[in-house]
Amino acid sequence: MDLISFGDNGWGDELFVATLMTIAVAVTAMLIGFLFALVFTPLKLSKYKILNLVANFYTTVVRGVPELLVIYLFFFGGSGAIMYVAQIFGYYDYIEINAFLTGAISIGIISGAYSTEVFRGAIQSIDKGQFEACHVLGLKKYIYFFKVIMPQMLRLAIPNLSNVWQITLKDTSLISVTGLVEIMRQSYIAAGSTRDPLFFYSFAALLYLMLTYLSMKFINKLEKNYSRGY
Amino acid sequence: MDLELIITSFPKLLNATVVTLKLLSASLFFGLFLGLFFAILRLNKNKLISGFAYVYSYVFRGTPLLVQIFIIYFGLGQIEYLRTTFLWVILKEPYWCAIIAFSLNTGAYTSEILRSAFETIKPGIIEAGRSLGLNKIFIFTKIQIPIAIKQSLPAYGNEIILMLKGTSLASTVTLLDITGVAKFIISTTFRPIEVFIVAGSIYLFITFLIHNIIKYLEKKYSYQ
Repeated sequence: MDLISFGDNGWGDELFVATLMTIAVAVTAMLIGFLFALVFTPLKLSKYKILNLVANFYTTVVRGVPELLVIYLFFFGGSGAIMYVAQIFGYYDYIEINAFLTGAISIGIISGAYSTEVFRGAIQSIDKGQFEACHVLGLKKYIYFFKVIMPQMLRLAIPNLSNVWQITLKDTSLISVTGLVEIMRQSYIAAGSTRDPLFFYSFAALLYLMLTYLSMKFINKLEKNYSRGY
Repeated sequence: MDLELIITSFPKLLNATVVTLKLLSASLFFGLFLGLFFAILRLNKNKLISGFAYVYSYVFRGTPLLVQIFIIYFGLGQIEYLRTTFLWVILKEPYWCAIIAFSLNTGAYTSEILRSAFETIKPGIIEAGRSLGLNKIFIFTKIQIPIAIKQSLPAYGNEIILMLKGTSLASTVTLLDITGVAKFIISTTFRPIEVFIVAGSIYLFITFLIHNIIKYLEKKYSYQ
């Protein structure tokens, strides 16, 4: 028990901070994923074949390639790509993007591909009459989207989004390869310096279980809120 | 874009594909048995037995695969007693540790897929078998399992693809699968994009094959 006490003699406070870091990366990645979904879902539903093709390429490639490979691409290629763009604008110094951003962006792109599929499915399963009714009533576009389609879409999307959240949360463990100190990395450091890997990795597993358990509780509440009237 | 690197790294990554496929097939093989075993336990009326199966699937689905590999590869070696038993022959090899972790992980997901497939079988079908005087084992192997296989094929296809991506984590315990070799080439040449294109295409090609095989099987096992 000494090993996880708070203060200088234990790893309790370090692991606590690392847990917060995991949550921060997961939430940021999920939000970045929503941004990607916001762009690619309309492309998926568009009438134009070429736009469908672009969106399908994104979701197929990202969901078919291992997460670790995507992380390596951004970890090793991220700063190079940004420097290349910066050079076009006449900036020649070395730019290093930090591990947090690299991790959140790469996990966000992965989570975005899953979210896109979820939103597409949800919008497609809304009754066609709803769209037609809005049209007939002559509702303004944003009222039509935010007041009619969005609430119905969210009700259908939340159960699947909770799966995406679980995947995203677990994927954050892979960012430890880039050196960002989240749960996995901190356990690795602690295991290395105390020579007690069994304890620390089991403890890490427990922390992840706690996070998935708590987020499920929270999502169930949200789900109830959005299915009022059903 | 460095075309030469793409051409020279292709055979290296193709060699690594063998390792990836070996890991994938071994863990799917063991995982299927584990999954079936725990799905049967889940359907048991005894609360203790079904609870045990539930905890197994909850723990392995609720924690990252990376933690599971690290516990098995780094953690189990710490137990002095294990080092004296014959198990150590297996546990000191990263290759077998990866397979154990992957099998346990995919077993948990497979047990959930099979459980829900067993639960959707209409009770009438089983009752029909019973009224024909068939015994329990016969009903299970000849009626329930074939229907469950057909029911669970689409979900199991997804699980195979997820497992294929999961095998990339073998590279974290020093194995040289596709991702491991890709990382090695990237860190020696600093050309991530080219290597990503080659390695990514190999993964996508395997995904494509799996997808089509499952589609074929679904067609074959459908009633029409």
